[in-house]
Amino acid sequence: MKKIKINSFAVLAFVVTFIFTTFNANANQTRENVIKRGSLNCGVSQGVPGFSNADASGKWAGIDVDLCRAVAAAVLGDANKVKYSPLSAKDRFEVLKAGDIDVLARNTTWTLSRDGGLAVDFVGTNFYDGQGFMIRKAANINSAKKLNNVKVCVETGTTTELNLRDYFKQQKLKYEPVAFTKADEAVAAYDAGRCDVYTTDKSGLAANRTKLKNPADHLILPETISKEPLGPVVRGNDENWANIVRWTLNVMIEAEEYGITQANIDSLKSTEDPAIKRLLGLEGETGKNLSLANTWSYNIIKQVGNYAESYNANVGPKTPVGLARGQNASWRNGGLLYAPPVR
Amino acid sequence: MFLTSQFKTSLRKNLQLSKLLPQLLLIILFCYIIYFFTKNTQINLAARNLNFGFDFLNTNSGFDVQFSLIQYDGSSSYFRSYLVGLLNTLLVSFFGIIFATILGFIVGISRLSPNWIVNKLSLIYVELFRNLPLLLQIFFWYFVVIRSLPSTEKSMVILDILIINLQGFYIPKFIFSNFIYIFYGLFLALLATIAVKYYATKVFYESGKIIPVFKIFLLLIIVLPIIFSFIGDVSLLVEYPKLVKNFGIFNYVGGVKLVPEFLALLFSLSLYTSAFIAENVRAGILAISKGQKEASKSLGFNNPQTLKLIVIPQALRVIIPPTTNQYLNLTKNSSLAAAIGYPDLAGVFAGTALSQTGKAIEIIFMVMMTYLTMSLIISSILNWYNKKIAIVER
Ligand SMILES: N[C@@H](CCC(=O)N[C@@H](CS)C(=O)NCC(=O)O)C(=O)O
Repeated sequence: MKKIKINSFAVLAFVVTFIFTTFNANANQTRENVIKRGSLNCGVSQGVPGFSNADASGKWAGIDVDLCRAVAAAVLGDANKVKYSPLSAKDRFEVLKAGDIDVLARNTTWTLSRDGGLAVDFVGTNFYDGQGFMIRKAANINSAKKLNNVKVCVETGTTTELNLRDYFKQQKLKYEPVAFTKADEAVAAYDAGRCDVYTTDKSGLAANRTKLKNPADHLILPETISKEPLGPVVRGNDENWANIVRWTLNVMIEAEEYGITQANIDSLKSTEDPAIKRLLGLEGETGKNLSLANTWSYNIIKQVGNYAESYNANVGPKTPVGLARGQNASWRNGGLLYAPPVR
Repeated sequence: MFLTSQFKTSLRKNLQLSKLLPQLLLIILFCYIIYFFTKNTQINLAARNLNFGFDFLNTNSGFDVQFSLIQYDGSSSYFRSYLVGLLNTLLVSFFGIIFATILGFIVGISRLSPNWIVNKLSLIYVELFRNLPLLLQIFFWYFVVIRSLPSTEKSMVILDILIINLQGFYIPKFIFSNFIYIFYGLFLALLATIAVKYYATKVFYESGKIIPVFKIFLLLIIVLPIIFSFIGDVSLLVEYPKLVKNFGIFNYVGGVKLVPEFLALLFSLSLYTSAFIAENVRAGILAISKGQKEASKSLGFNNPQTLKLIVIPQALRVIIPPTTNQYLNLTKNSSLAAAIGYPDLAGVFAGTALSQTGKAIEIIFMVMMTYLTMSLIISSILNWYNKKIAIVER
């Protein structure tokens, strides 16, 4: 074997460089980093129509995508400065923790163990969901209580697989989970007949049914077996950034309450209503509390729209996903959507 | 001469020091790198309010797994989910190695066949399975072959013993009572064979007479367990898979079920690896010079004897080291299972358990150590065997 000559000077240089390398913890700098970079890195799904889905030309759309766009509008003044990272359920938190994305907006359920145990912060709910089951009509089953000895396709790394077990345990019924790392694989497996049942959040069922060969042959069972408040997530070590994302969502929700839309926002500039003036950045110092320009909330509404506009354009009754507002209506209309005051 | 001996020693010492210094620096550097990464991890974990530790292994996992060789469900611990994954990895690796070896030997020998068709077919086999990426082959078996099988209610039923459909392969399950007696029979057969072998060697050296040990072994291993099963009143119950219907959903219950994810992984790992083993076998046989065979014949050995006593023992020496590598590769490649949802170590533990707990460092560390240990065990077993059959040089 050839002897490797080691230049002791080189070794020394190495050691010195290492010693002076600072230990980096990278906390509390997300906003600065985003501004310096000039774009927002947003983690989304690998394709859930209505939530985050890329069209043939690679353009992303959905209510989760709108949240990313709103954050970019607030921080950078331009909703288009977003880079999307499609993530599987299994990888999403690791990618967020590693700092590769600034926000995770990927139909992610807010739970105690995630919020408390994963060093991430959930900053709100942009869609109230619940888990359900989809089954072939030919199976002649119209209630989840009749599911027994079934094979269930599910995505791994989700609350879905945990609820699935809870449900069958509670009902004392038997099932066999067939777990995949990608939703597309789980859906394809169900479509091919590998499983009798497919389970995920009901919004996901509606969205994924559009991808099946014959959507009309399948049925979503009426039962909702869990609570799935879906919302944006950030790293747990950056309070300022958590506030920015939290209040971006709140602005969209409150804008709906006050009837401010993308179309009428400029005509409202002459309003006397203090609450509307605050949302338009004409009164108060909302931006200052977030270290943003006071136009931040105006930019969100002007460039992305209020919650209702985003909902109706992406998942509402007139879209292929076709979900009624239901519990996602504003609290003023009997729904659960309630934002703390932006003031 | 002007150089005092004292000066000479100090010069020598200096020389030694200049040799030692780089080594010393290297050790310091190495320690520092380790320190750096540990410290860096600690600081980052602390900054993110993450605590490092293996306590989570005792908490219950909350998720079920498609199939497992041990009792497991969501109320079992994360540690048990680790065992489930490990055993599933071992299962597919074990059968993969056996099938790859058998196929590899058959194809490797066929590659040297004088029969043109056999020869070319085995060449195509090798080039096909060796050159297509493994992941693609897994996808082929899983998404193309198995997905095009009929649905449960239209299953292919072969002679009542093999039922094939898109949800899996089903075979009858053999349930023995007093099975232990068959085991006694097997054990006795083994002992008897060792005795016969010992005796045969003695006879061979004394008189040159050859006792057919292998045939005796085959006879014993069949007859003794049968006799013992009569003595011990062994009974066999065959449980056939039965088709049951729940509303409009069909299911086979009973028997042994092989899930499609396992089958696809097993097929692809076996075929892919067998192509490499075939080449090792071919190389091993070709490495034995013609002279060896001619010499063997001139000593009066017949063809099978030449193969068994002269060619194979020497060829094995060439075949084993690269084949060890193939066994290691197969075991490690089995982690591609996650791509099709087979619940192996990488899928269940480094996949599901990791994403449910967020304990990335701990889990990846455990999984890496496990694969390392498996690899070291496989290679030390084969090293031992290789040493045993190596040419003893004097
Ligand atoms: N809300 C659940 C499940 C979310 C989830 O991952 N759902 C699947 C099924 S609709 C999905 O979005 N998959 C898209 C993908 O894998 O890209 C969670 O947070 O764990």
